[in-house]
Amino acid sequence: MKETGFSHSQITRLYSHFHSLDKGENGALSREDFQRIPELAINPLGDRIINAFFPEGEDQVNFRGFMRTLAHFRPVEDNEKNKDPTSGEPLNSRANKLLFAFRLYDLDRDDKISRDELLQVLRMMVGVNISDEQLGSIADRTIQEADTNGDMSISFSEFTKVLEKVDVEQKMSIRFLH
Amino acid sequence: MPGYCAVLLQLNLLDYFSFCFQWATLRMERGAKEKNQHLYKPYSNGIIAKEPVSLEQEIQEMRRGGAEPEFDMSDIFYFCRRGVESIVDDEVTKRFTAEELESWNLLTRSNYNFHHISTRLTALWGVGVLIRYGILLPLRVTLAFTGVGLLVVLTSVVGLFPNGRIKNYLSDKVHLMCYRICVRALTAIITYHDSENKPKNGGICVANHTSPIDVIILASDGCYAMVGQVHGGLMGVIQRAMVKACPHIWFERSEVKDRHLVAKRLSDHVADESKLPILIFPEGTCINNTSVMMFKKGSFEIGCKVYPVAIKYDPRFGDAFWNSSKFGMVNYLLHMMSSWAIVCSVWYLPPMSRMEGEDAVQFANRVKAAIARKGGLADLLWDGGLKRGKVKEVFKEEQQKLYSKVLVGSSEDRSRS
Repeated sequence: MKETGFSHSQITRLYSHFHSLDKGENGALSREDFQRIPELAINPLGDRIINAFFPEGEDQVNFRGFMRTLAHFRPVEDNEKNKDPTSGEPLNSRANKLLFAFRLYDLDRDDKISRDELLQVLRMMVGVNISDEQLGSIADRTIQEADTNGDMSISFSEFTKVLEKVDVEQKMSIRFLH
Repeated sequence: MPGYCAVLLQLNLLDYFSFCFQWATLRMERGAKEKNQHLYKPYSNGIIAKEPVSLEQEIQEMRRGGAEPEFDMSDIFYFCRRGVESIVDDEVTKRFTAEELESWNLLTRSNYNFHHISTRLTALWGVGVLIRYGILLPLRVTLAFTGVGLLVVLTSVVGLFPNGRIKNYLSDKVHLMCYRICVRALTAIITYHDSENKPKNGGICVANHTSPIDVIILASDGCYAMVGQVHGGLMGVIQRAMVKACPHIWFERSEVKDRHLVAKRLSDHVADESKLPILIFPEGTCINNTSVMMFKKGSFEIGCKVYPVAIKYDPRFGDAFWNSSKFGMVNYLLHMMSSWAIVCSVWYLPPMSRMEGEDAVQFANRVKAAIARKGGLADLLWDGGLKRGKVKEVFKEEQQKLYSKVLVGSSEDRSRS
């Protein structure tokens, strides 16, 4: 658990919450357990976020996996307290936060955001309120601005470049109380 | 010495209990520190600190300076963070499990730190178990049977009288007496506030719902007409007996679905001034007494006076919340009768009526806010039905609409410039 960087009391609280979500009481959460959270169910990207918790091809996530995913959202300042030079890049580094967001777009996990994938995610966010043509042009414009190597899709490095001025550390952090 | 005795006498039983519970928690903290471990502390401050920023604000902030594109790949961050925040700490799922306590009340069911208990503490807990299960429980069960038995027998007897003033008088007395016996059976210590606002005939009494005991608590202080579904078994026997003495409103299962029928029967009842005020719990399900959830608008459409009542339990002496997905009724009653006591406060609020231009939903929310304020509970818009059911798609569609407005709105600005 050290790799997640959470303090002992935070882990205890999160375990208690994990347990309360685990209606089947089998030590792991399924997709239905997540969908039972109303505020998540009404989030347009709810399903994509739930997906991020589950490793490729699995439908159960245990507590360790749960914590690893949540660890991406720890604020970066918290790392100052437990600096361990041998532990490698922490889960909540800027790069890892960006990777988390990138994977929300990259539906087939092929490390590229294609036009179709972008359109699908856009459609999730706007529902029925914007026409196909308008959405298509938004997608085209976005890819045009980001794509530097001309392959009509956005790779992770292009994604990172586009967002270099955005305060990712703050936007993708949750203040965990001690 | 006399001064010391005087102080001891003034502290009532509940204060002694509180003192014991706090001592128990301190012992556990000490035990934990000795082993260099941490005590599990309930998250009275929440696991995370959320920022109440709206979607529009957040997206505007994230737009990079300079030329304003319609869509930004970073827009996803808002939904992403909100989503993960709701996984860690949401407003709804925690309302359907028992409230967590600051200090341990010597009931195993509310303990999260089993391995920190010293021998002295275990001894105290053991004495507690003996008292609760050996003395209190049998006493209370006997009282409960007496109360229910008397209710069935006496209401049937009263039912033999011809309708009139004497029958009503006897029915009131019988109901009150039996409910008061049941209150004793639970050792419920109830404080009633503002009794001048007690519900009167021709009105509807609405209250927040935590457990079936709410009915006993309110009905032991006043006479109400109950509303409910017809049950079989023992409940059915009680229901049939009660309705002989005075008019209660019991619905067949099939009738419950028909909203017009339900509304008609309720309005007919309140129109008759000789009939008792109706007792309704508009949340429709038991909530854990930390919040008040959405009130169903049916009772607020009838157009009569509404008497709101707030019920707040003190969780330190016994948790009254009925988690019906986890425990059955018998299990729940056993829990209740083997706790130390049920301590609660009841506030009668002044009657409210629907105002001009207010629809049933707004009226319901107004009443709900008043009850939440008085009882010190969180006022939530979420539906208690979420305990078992899924949230409606329409809420997601609202979020999508909001975001689309932000996207399209900025393009309109651009075309203007």
